[in-house]
Amino acid sequence: MLKDITLGQFFPGTTVVHRLDPRTKLILTVLYIVLLFIAVSWASYGVVFLFLVCSICLSRIRLKAILSGLKPLVILILITGLLNLFYTRGEHLLFRVWKISVYWEGVRTAVLMALRIMLLITGTLLLTYTTSPIQLTDGLEKLLNPLKKLRVPVHELSMMMSIALRFIPTLIEETDKIMNAQKARGAEFDTGNIFQKAKAMLPLLVPLFISAFRRADELATAMESRCYHGGEGRTKLKVLRMERRDWIALTVGVLLLVLVILLRRLGL
Amino acid sequence: MKIIRTEKLTFRYDAEDKGEPILKSLDLEIEEGTFVAVLGHNGSGKSTLAKHMNGILLPSGGKVWIDGMDTAEEDRLLDIRRTVGMVFQNPDNQIVANVVEDDVAFGPENMGVPSPEIRIRVDEALKDVGMYEYRTHAPHLLSGGQKQRVAIAGIVAMRPRCIVLDEPTAMLDPSGRRDVLETVHRLNREHGITVLLITHHMDECIGADRLIVMSDGQIIADGTPREVFPRVEMLRGSGLDVPATVGLMFELRKAGFDLPLDALSVEECAEALYRVFA
Amino acid sequence: MSPLIETKKLTHIYSEGTPFEHVAVRDVDFSAARGEFIGIIGHTGSGKSTFVQHLNGILKPTSGSVLLEGEDVNGSAAVTRRVRGRVGLVFQYPEYQLFEETVRADIAYGPKNMKLGKEEIEQRVLEAADFVGLEASLLDHSPFDLSGGQKRRAAIAGVIAMRPDVLVLDEPTAGLDPRGREEIIRNICRYHDAVGGTVLYITHSMEDIARFATRLVVFNRGQIALDGAPEEVFRHVEELERIGLTVPSVTKVFSILRSRGLEVAEGIYTVDAAVEALLRLKGGGGNA
Repeated sequence: MLKDITLGQFFPGTTVVHRLDPRTKLILTVLYIVLLFIAVSWASYGVVFLFLVCSICLSRIRLKAILSGLKPLVILILITGLLNLFYTRGEHLLFRVWKISVYWEGVRTAVLMALRIMLLITGTLLLTYTTSPIQLTDGLEKLLNPLKKLRVPVHELSMMMSIALRFIPTLIEETDKIMNAQKARGAEFDTGNIFQKAKAMLPLLVPLFISAFRRADELATAMESRCYHGGEGRTKLKVLRMERRDWIALTVGVLLLVLVILLRRLGL
Repeated sequence: MKIIRTEKLTFRYDAEDKGEPILKSLDLEIEEGTFVAVLGHNGSGKSTLAKHMNGILLPSGGKVWIDGMDTAEEDRLLDIRRTVGMVFQNPDNQIVANVVEDDVAFGPENMGVPSPEIRIRVDEALKDVGMYEYRTHAPHLLSGGQKQRVAIAGIVAMRPRCIVLDEPTAMLDPSGRRDVLETVHRLNREHGITVLLITHHMDECIGADRLIVMSDGQIIADGTPREVFPRVEMLRGSGLDVPATVGLMFELRKAGFDLPLDALSVEECAEALYRVFA
Repeated sequence: MSPLIETKKLTHIYSEGTPFEHVAVRDVDFSAARGEFIGIIGHTGSGKSTFVQHLNGILKPTSGSVLLEGEDVNGSAAVTRRVRGRVGLVFQYPEYQLFEETVRADIAYGPKNMKLGKEEIEQRVLEAADFVGLEASLLDHSPFDLSGGQKRRAAIAGVIAMRPDVLVLDEPTAGLDPRGREEIIRNICRYHDAVGGTVLYITHSMEDIARFATRLVVFNRGQIALDGAPEEVFRHVEELERIGLTVPSVTKVFSILRSRGLEVAEGIYTVDAAVEALLRLKGGGGNA
């Protein structure tokens, strides 16, 4: 059934990585991305890679899950690699076929770029694999809190996001039901050309939209009945608290940043 | 102590509308701590009445007081809503969070209850409705009856003095319906919470202290279930039915037997029949 | 009589091979003849809804087969397409499937998919609307302007308009008040009497269906637990209660009376039958 799909790709667990405050993980992820972009040498890549491997080991996320997360992006990685391979010019020509010349520098950049994308994806995968969507929105809301002064509706945005997450499974289930009901009336969703297919979607989309609006209306009434009146004066069941492990993790992150900057300075 | 009082409550959706109002000058008083069932066919105005109990709808004419507070006074709205909690028909459309305990915490969070206190309230509320073991589950994987009990816990955690339930069992199967009803009765009995149960299922009214029957925006009967159910013709005339036990007694009385019409439960009915037919 | 529709060793397993694996229906042999009005009863999760979704090929069996007049409904895509029109399936809360601009167009959706002619479609729409008691004047309204009960009936008409030989309804009266329930059941009976097809009516409420059904099939844990005429099935009060089904209160009253020594028949489930049985006991009139 459709509703069995794991959404947001969150794998619940109790490891250190899981228990880290979502804010810590968000900051570390940003830091990690910065690291990847200032890392230029093999040595600095090695440092970043080591950091990632350690984190994955600590989180007990299986390699298989990470590989399956990378799979949909293989083509993107290949294209980036090939573009870099053919378009980078340098001094050490490796070979030339017809109008295409490949330089040693091209090979280097291609491999580094492919590596960079893979590391980038793996790092963000690790964040979503170990942090529930609700924790993520909570963390984001807290981190973006200062923006409230600039009249950015931070609370409203994060409430919208968590409600959207809450209703995804419900709407998927509903799609399933309506689809079956229309199939029972002879609808065919997978035959014909693109226009016929689009037209065949109407009996699915119209009821789905109407139902979504009805749900939104009822939910708003229910939320108001439960004293919802925006973010003002709101407390939280689960207060995010920075623990020792969070400070340690952040310190490690900053040290790595310093290390990579040093390596860059030293030209290593 | 009257927790709910309405005076000449009239409601129409459109102020310009000159047609029949949905609620026609209702006078109603609900005693604190009682279990009141409101019975009526679809379109009788019973859900509209419910939505006046916490200021979701405001009267077109007349007044509604909740614990002495006029629902039309906007700055009392939050106080009114923490006094009267509301549970709706579709459990899916009132659950906000994707973890059970986070959802139950939603009301107290809005009320600004301190975090440690929210924890206590959430745990107690979940135990009250028998859903404590499910506190870390995702609501969409629960059954309808379980979801509805989570929704009730979400209200209980706000510690209201009155709960209004608008057809809470209409979308549930018999076992879910039974669980929800037992839960509501227990909350009334053990915590003294006033319950206003809106329904069109006769059987759900049998255990109530008071039964109000609505038809076309008016109250057409008001009394204990024992007083109201014997009025079989009146109930059937307004598109309702009577419990099968009462229906059976009614038919036998027509055939000339001397049987009571207020033997509502299966046991009472069997006892009465035994006395006459043995 | 040879069966109109039958299942042979029908098994359905959801999410086979994953941690969510769940056997919904197990080795069900079932057959229904033309003209039967069958009540299918069971609590949530008993497999009854999964079972009926196989009858028109919406769900494919994990193993076993479904035969309509001896032909496997999953034999080929063409057969399945034909079967969709012959086995009409009305899902729970069918009003959520309405989508057209007018009630008329919505009811016509099924027949149109069957590639019927224009006049034929129009005739079927009128006929179906009549069966469910929708006034012709409502046909040009938007289905979203109808009342709850009318929407429900319009949606049922959308399936009836395909003139199915087998009409399957999953909880068609859920959420309606007593008058609305009564009307829907009466409309379905009228359709059944007029067309002579087979009706499968799924419900939790035995009280509702027992008055109309010629046969009751009770599902429990993905299998058929009881199958027979209503008075036959209602003899098994204890078994029904053990399965977790609510036995009609009249039946309960009578089982108490029997246990106290009154000689009344077993398997009584309607008020009318109860009155008759008690009057017979007294030898006719009352004592007033």
